[in-house]
Amino acid sequence: MEFTFTQQLLQQLINGISLGSIYALIALGYTMVYGIIKLINFAHGDIYMVGAYVAFFATTTLKLSFLPALLLAMVVAAIVGVIIERLAYRPLRYAPRIAILITAIGVSLLLEYGGILLVSPQPRTFPAIFQAQVFTFGNIVVNSQQVLILAVALSLMVILTYVVQRTKIGKAMRAVSFDTDAARLMGINVDRVISITFAIGSSLAAAAGMLVGVYYNSIDPLMGIMPGLKAFVAAVLGGIGIIPGAMLGGIILGIIEAMVSGFISSTFRDAAAFAILIIILLFKPSGLLGKNVREKV
Amino acid sequence: MGNNKRVLLSFAACIAVYAVMQSLISLDVIGSFWQLNIVLVCINIILAVSLNLINGFTGQFSIGHAGFMAVGAYVGAVLTVKFQLPFLVAILGGAAAAGFLGFVIGLPTLRLDGDYLAIATLGLGEIIRITILNIPYVGGASGFMGIPRYTTFAWVFFATVFTVFFIRNFINSTHGRACIAVRENQIAAEAMGVDTTKYKVMAFTIGAAFAGVAGALFAHYFYIAHPASFTFMKSFDILTIVVLGGLGSISGSITAAILLTFISAALAGYPEWRMIIYSLLLIILMLYRPQGLFGNRELSLKMFGRLMGGNKRGTTEGN
Repeated sequence: MEFTFTQQLLQQLINGISLGSIYALIALGYTMVYGIIKLINFAHGDIYMVGAYVAFFATTTLKLSFLPALLLAMVVAAIVGVIIERLAYRPLRYAPRIAILITAIGVSLLLEYGGILLVSPQPRTFPAIFQAQVFTFGNIVVNSQQVLILAVALSLMVILTYVVQRTKIGKAMRAVSFDTDAARLMGINVDRVISITFAIGSSLAAAAGMLVGVYYNSIDPLMGIMPGLKAFVAAVLGGIGIIPGAMLGGIILGIIEAMVSGFISSTFRDAAAFAILIIILLFKPSGLLGKNVREKV
Repeated sequence: MGNNKRVLLSFAACIAVYAVMQSLISLDVIGSFWQLNIVLVCINIILAVSLNLINGFTGQFSIGHAGFMAVGAYVGAVLTVKFQLPFLVAILGGAAAAGFLGFVIGLPTLRLDGDYLAIATLGLGEIIRITILNIPYVGGASGFMGIPRYTTFAWVFFATVFTVFFIRNFINSTHGRACIAVRENQIAAEAMGVDTTKYKVMAFTIGAAFAGVAGALFAHYFYIAHPASFTFMKSFDILTIVVLGGLGSISGSITAAILLTFISAALAGYPEWRMIIYSLLLIILMLYRPQGLFGNRELSLKMFGRLMGGNKRGTTEGN
């Protein structure tokens, strides 16, 4: 089979979109939390790992099928996210920003090494839930996992957009992120909104964790570090605090990574993500979809 | 004047500490495990104090310090192994390279502030590491091996003393005051005629250069420079020391470096629990004492006097 340049480009585009939709799911949690309490939640990548492990045990030990396992992972991760916020972040709501950032790093380390202690550091093989089907269009290969990832990610994003734009709690979330104090004065229970934000963000990360498990077949307790950082890059790329921005940023980052590993070298994949971060921070810190807010003195 | 006398006294104290430690090491009272940890303490002090200059005194939140350490380690190793230059040249070369990189990187990135700067420095640290990973000349992913062990206790000790004195004097100089002004209120500092970009970049460059010194010492103690030693986890470790000791407190950084290195050494027998205890410590400390052990004050004899005298001021100031 001869691979022409266009075919390889299309192939990498498909790989990039499926990888990117995973980044987008994680980035959504980052961007929502940042939009509301201005915290880079370093532990978010580890919630994604927790989600992957819950899904793993749900499918192996409990023998659940795909959808129930996904729901279980999302619920457990949501609870973990809310507990973390309640115990570690809420007492520091008015502390210096650096203190809460360090706490987030601490929580992240705790989840990683607690994970190693509980489930052993060895990577585990995620069971094949689906018969892997391969669709070929000409020379371009699409497998069923990629279709599944895209379908699940897109439907979750649609649900999230509906929740944020059309429901009362979504309205409250937007209000708190716009102006916390004014929202509190309008009778919005800010603490509850923050908890719900953490719950939603964490469940999306857990879904991403399970999808990665299905896609790459392997999970380990430190799997959350790199995707977590990259998802943050994706969130910044799209404009942090902006929900459609996180989706766009995730997909773009996924595509760029796939292109770099396909055409240059896979060892430079991670560097590419960070280079994008620096470039975007230097030229448009508000992100692709962000508006420039003038700093008032 | 009195100041000169104090400096002389501190130097005398350092020499005395050195003499005691060195004789203990020579007489084999301190075994090799603790020797290793003492060297690590010194390297961590250099890293923490230099990061404190950036984060604590100038208020620029950087979390990519391990990247500069890596540059120092690799440049130093190349100078001794490939060019057969003396160790001092390697240390200075590592410092110069890391400082230069800090300057080049700092110039554009220090326009950012707060979280954006934090995440940009984190990204830069990773880019440095991944770039090193892809240079076969320095061993690539398997690391740079065969580095001679030039680092002795004397080297690290005096490098540490030099770092601490340099940064302390820098902070007490006009430039240092300007850096503190930038931290306290950038707009007000600018209005008073402080060139904020200049001082931010200056602090960043000096901090990076000393991280390079620490890197060179590190590589020449462990025979190897490996990209995996300089991940962002290492940057977090250094940041933890700085925050634990107190942002803007040099003596705090020193105390925290000693404390954390020894806690980490004491927990070495329980590797699975080590990081858990470490992270819990971090969380609990931030919950109950977010300003760090010393806040931004320095440990001094006066402070002891106050504590002993039961003067209320010493305790109320702590809050």
